[in-house]
Amino acid sequence: MNRLWKFFISVKLTVVVLLSLAATSIIGTLIPQNEPAEAYRQAFGDFFYRLFDVLDIFDMYHSWWFRLLVAMLAVNIVACSIERLSSTWKILFPRVPPFRMGKIRKTDNQQAFNSPTPPPRLLESFRRHVGRGFRYLRVEEEDSGYRILAERRRWTRAGVYVVHTSVVLLLAGGLIGSFFGFEGYVNIPEGEATDTIRLRNSDQMIRLPFAIRCDDFDVSFYPSGAPKEFRSSLTLLQDGKPLLSKDIIVNDPLRHAGINIFQSSYGRMPGERMQQATRPPPESITLQLTSTETGMAYEETVEMGQTFELPEGAGTFQFKEYQPAATFMGQNIGEALIGHLTPAEGKPSDVLLPLRFANFDKMRRGRIVISVVDVQPEASDTNLATPPRQRWYTGLQVTSDPGVWVVYLGFVLMLTGCFITFFLSHQQIVVEVVPKEEGSRVTVYGVANRNRIGYRRRIEAISGSLSGIADTLESGGSP
Amino acid sequence: MNSSQLLSVTTFIYGVAAFLYLSAWVFKKEGPGRVATWTTLAAVVCNIAGFLLRWVESYQLGIGHAPLSNLYESLTFFSWTIAVLYLVVERKYRNRVIGAFVLPLAFLAMAYASLSPNISDRIQPLIPALKSNWLIAHVIACFIGYAAFAVAFGTSLMYLLRSKPSAAEESLLNRLPDPPVLEELTYQMVVFGFLFLSAGIITGAVWANSAWGRYWGWDPKETWSLITWFVYATLLHARLMRGWGGRRIAYLSVIGFAAVLFTYFGVNLLPGLHSYGAMGS
Ligand code: HEM
Repeated sequence: MNRLWKFFISVKLTVVVLLSLAATSIIGTLIPQNEPAEAYRQAFGDFFYRLFDVLDIFDMYHSWWFRLLVAMLAVNIVACSIERLSSTWKILFPRVPPFRMGKIRKTDNQQAFNSPTPPPRLLESFRRHVGRGFRYLRVEEEDSGYRILAERRRWTRAGVYVVHTSVVLLLAGGLIGSFFGFEGYVNIPEGEATDTIRLRNSDQMIRLPFAIRCDDFDVSFYPSGAPKEFRSSLTLLQDGKPLLSKDIIVNDPLRHAGINIFQSSYGRMPGERMQQATRPPPESITLQLTSTETGMAYEETVEMGQTFELPEGAGTFQFKEYQPAATFMGQNIGEALIGHLTPAEGKPSDVLLPLRFANFDKMRRGRIVISVVDVQPEASDTNLATPPRQRWYTGLQVTSDPGVWVVYLGFVLMLTGCFITFFLSHQQIVVEVVPKEEGSRVTVYGVANRNRIGYRRRIEAISGSLSGIADTLESGGSP
Repeated sequence: MNSSQLLSVTTFIYGVAAFLYLSAWVFKKEGPGRVATWTTLAAVVCNIAGFLLRWVESYQLGIGHAPLSNLYESLTFFSWTIAVLYLVVERKYRNRVIGAFVLPLAFLAMAYASLSPNISDRIQPLIPALKSNWLIAHVIACFIGYAAFAVAFGTSLMYLLRSKPSAAEESLLNRLPDPPVLEELTYQMVVFGFLFLSAGIITGAVWANSAWGRYWGWDPKETWSLITWFVYATLLHARLMRGWGGRRIAYLSVIGFAAVLFTYFGVNLLPGLHSYGAMGS
């Protein structure tokens, strides 16, 4: 038991755990997480696929071993704090603040000067001057002289505990969120309502305590074709009756009953007839090109066979062919366009753009994500006299996280704690005055637990002022 | 003159300053050192002028936003914070040799921004997700943190050179500040950087929560900033362990800065899983 405790309170463990967390976290950035199993099998082969799967590499930040490391960190912090609790308490709340003269005399942060005034006449002025900068002050008489002992900011020694508490709060908040929260998506066509959403990284659907209706959706564009703002007018419904309405845009969500609704994406409804795939081969298509580096989106309309320059010098792209029933990994994915991408660097390759899945090309992880936003002409049996109204759907992210306030409290404590620990210090000053010949010898010592360079300047300054005060007293004036 | 030209001039001045600091160190001359300080000051002024001008230009284009929205703009801000932080250190520690190790970093960052063909210096409109004050706070905090780590990287390199047993005899190296001073300076910079990196990660999390409803999503950029944070937290604690001398701390600081660079530049290079080359239809 004792040895286990020793293990958990050691800073060595902290260093090992922090470095392990840093090192293992890299894995999940090299291997994309939570992709479909098929994609992994294709990329790594069967053997490594199974090995990685057993080790939870494909969802490593939620794996048992990564959680174990995080738990070790938490236990380490808590154990360490408990272990030092009593000594910290004594340091923070001493009955009489101790000044260890043995140690203080050894500091190299000290200044001395002589004054012709005898010690007793200096006391009151010195005490007043030192007391101005230091909250706590007492005077100890000794031999024929005395010492003025003063200090300030003893409480800053608790800063480290604030930091460590904040880490525990962050972990606790995360835990609360993962047990009691959820994160899901839903696409709602204009004019429709739904109360079920799909959870992230799973096929599970859950039902909300209210329905969300998308009354209207609008998107505006910059002249470059990049989206400027997208806005959904939403109404929440309970038992068919409206609860509240709000327009949401990116960065301005709707929050109700602990559930948050965010504008996250949008798209055009595939024309109802398009799915029948009775169109003639398209003559031209409109592509949206989204740069993963700058986040910018561009629109480009091209004809079959045409090649054009990708934005941001990313290479060229040719619209090669149209397939009414393309397959991907053995699945029929319906109508698709095939393009030929010649990147600025690297090998040219074919790119598949299924009409039904607007975000398909994200999987390629290229510099530019390509998606088809329009195909001309419309499906063959469209009545040209009354073209179908282009309908939008709004892509919403729906989340609930009861732990978020714990996490935010952790954020505040982390920053306050770091600031206190790093930039404020517990400072002590001792002004020792002893008789010397007719006058006195004054020595000023300073010790601080941080920022010693800055404190040395302060002691020099204080010593200078004290010397000045002694001089005025000598010449008979009152300081 | 437009902001891009002004910033190109800034790059040049940083280059001159770096060169002067290096000559002052190598040739043991006071003169170039003093000029170097003034040159750096000029570069800092030019740099911030370019930054502000770019801000104004974005408003003239009708897409006004703080110039902190892409790689080019953040690099110019990065150089500026490195140089300002360095000037503060130079004043406080009264030592110009440090400049020979730090100013080249400010120069390289600017040169990369100005010259790399992959980085566009066009002023672009903001996409909706980037329209947030949290984002501005996030970028500023991160780059102040990164700049402090850059200075710590410089002083750690100096420490590693200076603390070699043979350093006392080599005249070039024994002109570096004494190891304890370098160690203290590295620590001060790491501590400063750690506070701002924490603030950067936190404001980023708050921004993500206001834009997407989650404060943490383990995406590669986020994860790498956390890795960086772990490395520097390790450094702070390693100092408390007996037996961990200055060299190991210096190595950690170098590793930490490598993590910073990776967070910043490397994340875009990470391999994707899906290669489409072989896809049939
Ligand atoms: C991510 C987790 C952690 C963070 C962010 C963190 C942060 C900090 C910071 C900022 C300091 C002040 C460093 C300095 O003064 O230079 C510190 C000191 C310290 N930490 Fe941690 N820490 C963490 C985990 C731990 C753990 C797990 C332990 C367990 C043993 C621990 C033990 C200590 C000790 C003993 C000190 C010195 C306290 C003192 O000076 O009185 N820390 N920590």
